Amino acid sequence: MEAPGSTGRTGLAGLPGELQHMSIWTDELVARSGLRVIDMPFVTVGGGLGSFVMVDYLRIAGVPAGHIRTLTVNDHPWQNYEYLLASSQVTRDKRIRSDSSSTLDNIWGFPGYAIRESFAARSLRGFIAPLWNVLTENVLCDYWTPTSGQVFRSMQREGDRIDYWSTLALGRAHVTRRRHGGGYFTVLTQADGEDVAYRSSYVHLAVGYPGLAYLPDLVAYRHRFGDTHRVVNAYEPHEHVYEELNRRGGTVIVRGAGITASQILDRLISDKERLGTDVTIIHLFRTYVEGAHGPSRFLRRRGEYGWAYQGFNWPKSTWGGQDKNRVRRSEGEAREKWLRTLGGTTTPRRKRWQRMLERGRRQGFYRMHVGEVLEVVPGGLGVVVTRLKPDDPSVRPLELESNFVIDATGLEADIAEHTLLADLLQHTGARRNLLGRLDVEPHFEVRGSRAEPGRLYAVGVATLGGYLAGVDTFLGLQIAALEVCDDLARQGFCKFIGVRRSITQWWKWALGRQP
Amino acid sequence: MTSTYFGRVQTRLFLVFTVGLLWTLVLTPFLSLPDDDRYKVTLTTLAWVAVLGVFVWEPIWHLLQQFRWEKDWPAIYLLLQAVPEAVLVRVVLDRILDASGPVGVGTFALHFATTWLAIFLFVQGPMRVPFLRWRFRGGRIL
Repeated sequence: MEAPGSTGRTGLAGLPGELQHMSIWTDELVARSGLRVIDMPFVTVGGGLGSFVMVDYLRIAGVPAGHIRTLTVNDHPWQNYEYLLASSQVTRDKRIRSDSSSTLDNIWGFPGYAIRESFAARSLRGFIAPLWNVLTENVLCDYWTPTSGQVFRSMQREGDRIDYWSTLALGRAHVTRRRHGGGYFTVLTQADGEDVAYRSSYVHLAVGYPGLAYLPDLVAYRHRFGDTHRVVNAYEPHEHVYEELNRRGGTVIVRGAGITASQILDRLISDKERLGTDVTIIHLFRTYVEGAHGPSRFLRRRGEYGWAYQGFNWPKSTWGGQDKNRVRRSEGEAREKWLRTLGGTTTPRRKRWQRMLERGRRQGFYRMHVGEVLEVVPGGLGVVVTRLKPDDPSVRPLELESNFVIDATGLEADIAEHTLLADLLQHTGARRNLLGRLDVEPHFEVRGSRAEPGRLYAVGVATLGGYLAGVDTFLGLQIAALEVCDDLARQGFCKFIGVRRSITQWWKWALGRQP
Repeated sequence: MTSTYFGRVQTRLFLVFTVGLLWTLVLTPFLSLPDDDRYKVTLTTLAWVAVLGVFVWEPIWHLLQQFRWEKDWPAIYLLLQAVPEAVLVRVVLDRILDASGPVGVGTFALHFATTWLAIFLFVQGPMRVPFLRWRFRGGRIL
């Protein structure tokens, strides 16, 4: 997504040399540079789900909307998320992988999405089904999950209630530097191309995914042969793949074994069965999970047919139970080890998908291969050849021919791919954790970046490897926002949300009144 | 729910002596119990739900939870655990309760089941309204 006004010498490159090279900026230096300074106690950079949740907490904790600015290229907080969902085949009517009580519009998680869907139903069956599902989930049935449409509509309502929209300052934030005397300067290139400096005590970074990363062999293929038509990433728009397969049939290789691979397979198989086309799917696993797996009988995750099964992208108790405590209390390599044990690529064991893949295996249109890819090269007309590394180097590599390759491995780019984070690592004293992401305190303050009495916080996927496992999840963003909010209450910036405030604010939420 | 052991204990004690107590006080006059010992019977029942829960049941449930990868306790388990818990409370009451008249199984079951249900419903959502951090702290209130 291109930022408004991102042409020309704007942002960091457009700043005078003095500012570019000084890690700590003085008021005089900024004034001399000609940048217009806007004083604002709190700025959140990103404007996606993480910023929205943070603003929600702060408003509930008594901060006026006028004391907060959300620096963003997004008109609405679900913009980027919806784009990624749509590319990976999750439209507004489809169910996402999130719990009923991970309600982005409601910090209490009550009433959950399931109860709301139930009470909005127009039939007895529609009323009972969600309630029965949440009652028996993960035992008799799959987890109940909301549709993305329900999530976005409720966020719109909450945005109106807390006046989120008035906090928006559109543009691209390129740089945050410490200010001499405390606090921070954050430079925003506005839609009209003007650079302005926000002078704030507190900065909250919720910049989301730094970018997509492709499998190295697919990068090499795209680079060598200039073909972005037959080799696509699941998170990019790739509707042409389905259109051609629906028209002419063919073979497609799907790589990855996570939720996105499941969604892609769902789309491919649904289309094939609906239209009766001759489509063959080759599912290529790097690691094949044969069954339940884990280091001990107390740590065994279900799995079969190559997949590792899990309801959500982390075990449920990492958001508020035993596993959360374990991660929170461990340090350094011990924490890294825990996160690697609990993490990994998984997909929910949904009955619909079980049945689809079972039909595919039985009828032979869904085949599985396991192996490491040696290289991807063009074959005959409209064909891509994927060569697998043989176990024995003297043997000829196995070649898989297909018309398309869909990369659903969901690799993420390095955090330094993000301009602001790269600058942060260079100038603000921030450093990386053992997983290579931003090192943050348990309350999500970026370690080494403090400018007393100011505080710099970071949340979301950029902080993976810290004291909370599921940082890039709805509930993870809420937990992080609560930690930040509590820390800000300790600084005296907002009120502590104790029992009384919690009850009165929930009541206001229920009545749709401003906080 | 994704409770820790101390979270389980704190949640149980809190709910038994708030939601459970309130419901018991309201329901007791309508139960078919010996007039002189109405509250003695129902409050003793409630106390034993707390005592047996803390010392017998929660350690068992928590141990079983260790075999679950997610370290969670699904809602249906919370509902079903009422059955063995009710049986044990009844057995204990039969032995120690000194009431002026018999307490029918139906009366006991009605009191126990409705109290359990009230607690169950409260823990599924309303609990989070006063205690915002409760669900992130493994069920600990303090």
